[in-house]
Amino acid sequence: MFQMKWNIVEVSINETSLRMDNKNSVLLALKTKFHLYWPLTKSLQTGLLLSTGLAGYMTARCPVMHWYDFLGLGISLFMAIAGSTILNMWYDRDIDMVMNRTHYRPLAEGRVTPAEALRLGLVLSILGVGLAFLMAPLYGLIVFAGLFFDVVVYTLWLKRRTCWSIVWGGIAGGMPILAGRSFGLGHIDSIGILLALAVLFWIPTHILTFSMRYFDDYQAAKIPTFPSAYGFAATRLAIAISSIVAALCIGGAGILIGIQWGFVRLLAVLSAGLFLLAVASVFRPSERLNFGLFKYASLYMLSAIILLSL
Amino acid sequence: MKLSVLDRLLLLLTALLAAYQIAVGIDNLSTLPIVVYTVGFGVILVACLLLVILGLDALESPLLVIVSSVIPLTLSLGLVWQYLVVWRILYLVFAILGFLAIVVTRIISIRNKLPVILLTVVHGLAGLTIFLLPVIWALTGRAAPRFALVGLGGALMGLGGLLLTLLKTGKPLLSRLTILKLLPGLLFLMTAAFVAGFWQ
Repeated sequence: MFQMKWNIVEVSINETSLRMDNKNSVLLALKTKFHLYWPLTKSLQTGLLLSTGLAGYMTARCPVMHWYDFLGLGISLFMAIAGSTILNMWYDRDIDMVMNRTHYRPLAEGRVTPAEALRLGLVLSILGVGLAFLMAPLYGLIVFAGLFFDVVVYTLWLKRRTCWSIVWGGIAGGMPILAGRSFGLGHIDSIGILLALAVLFWIPTHILTFSMRYFDDYQAAKIPTFPSAYGFAATRLAIAISSIVAALCIGGAGILIGIQWGFVRLLAVLSAGLFLLAVASVFRPSERLNFGLFKYASLYMLSAIILLSL
Repeated sequence: MKLSVLDRLLLLLTALLAAYQIAVGIDNLSTLPIVVYTVGFGVILVACLLLVILGLDALESPLLVIVSSVIPLTLSLGLVWQYLVVWRILYLVFAILGFLAIVVTRIISIRNKLPVILLTVVHGLAGLTIFLLPVIWALTGRAAPRFALVGLGGALMGLGGLLLTLLKTGKPLLSRLTILKLLPGLLFLMTAAFVAGFWQ
């Protein structure tokens, strides 16, 4: 009798430890998948675009009174942006394999299969856009437009054909901030368009700097870029002009929103820094200065959207 | 020279302090002090961000002398405008002419000692104004005691300026490495003293 009881206890302990082992292995598998999938989302870029969307909402509804709207906005935007980024990476995996800068990415290295990435990208995109439509049809439409411009127009259609594809990439990048503001207001207004233009003109600073820094990579991958089509000097000029226009759009939007004068002063100072760096990169070009302008422009955009949303 | 994590942190904190001063710290002043303090603290803010982004090699820029003269000139002009009413116009003229003279003597290649003398006079006068005016005003009770911290900031700025100028002229007081190691901390303390001293 005692032996039987002991056996039952032993079996029960074994089952528990088996269940725990299973649970641990599931957790481990999930953790491994997460580590593989996370780089597919280009977390920094997604984070920056997501923050523009949240800031767009906060410019319309600050202080944020409806946390569930804010949470829904964050989740839907994150899924849509991450989804489109994964689809972009799925389609461009052959380019990533050729380029030194990107050959270590999970898809290019074969750590994630193309089918797996495609499934993940589609699921995230559909969930993100679907949630956005459920929250507000206009908001959903703008999020969908961003995804469409990024995946279909920029990635599938134009990226391998013309260096001007970056304009469409820029338009797609401007959609989260427009979506956020439109969701807050219930309609599209001129400030939202100015904010979207600011992001649109900021994006060439990002892409063109990379296309100069990794010129050989892009040549090897046969991707048409501004430097290969128009030369480095014209590209630097384009970066400088687009940085200044982005700063003007942000400043204009800030004044129209009616941010405090102190913040306008701060924005003016940061814009002046951007302007000087842009001019210096045209007249005294160097790789360090060009990359410095790129970093400053990213910091500028982040600071500006924080100031606009305060 | 590569920046350490601590250097980056100090420079970012300095930039944040300068940003705070521009956005909040000068709200209740008249137009000219607001403009000149915005420019002065703006130069500190942008310079710190550029140092973080480009590294301490950015100090090699030939524009450094011109840019660094903006800080003492604007801060001293703001102080004179606020506290020495009868000297306002005269000091405004001095600040504008002094700045233009520094710019011209740096752009045109002049082989005599005029650029150095000019730089010494302009920096010296502006630096003394920032150091002495707040200290005297605080000691005589014409301003809150903490206003003396602006003078401390001025003294730290003078020290930093002196170290960098002597380094540039090839007669450094300390080694280049030591000066560059000290600079982020010095910039932070200077800006913190200014912000605390100007606290309204």
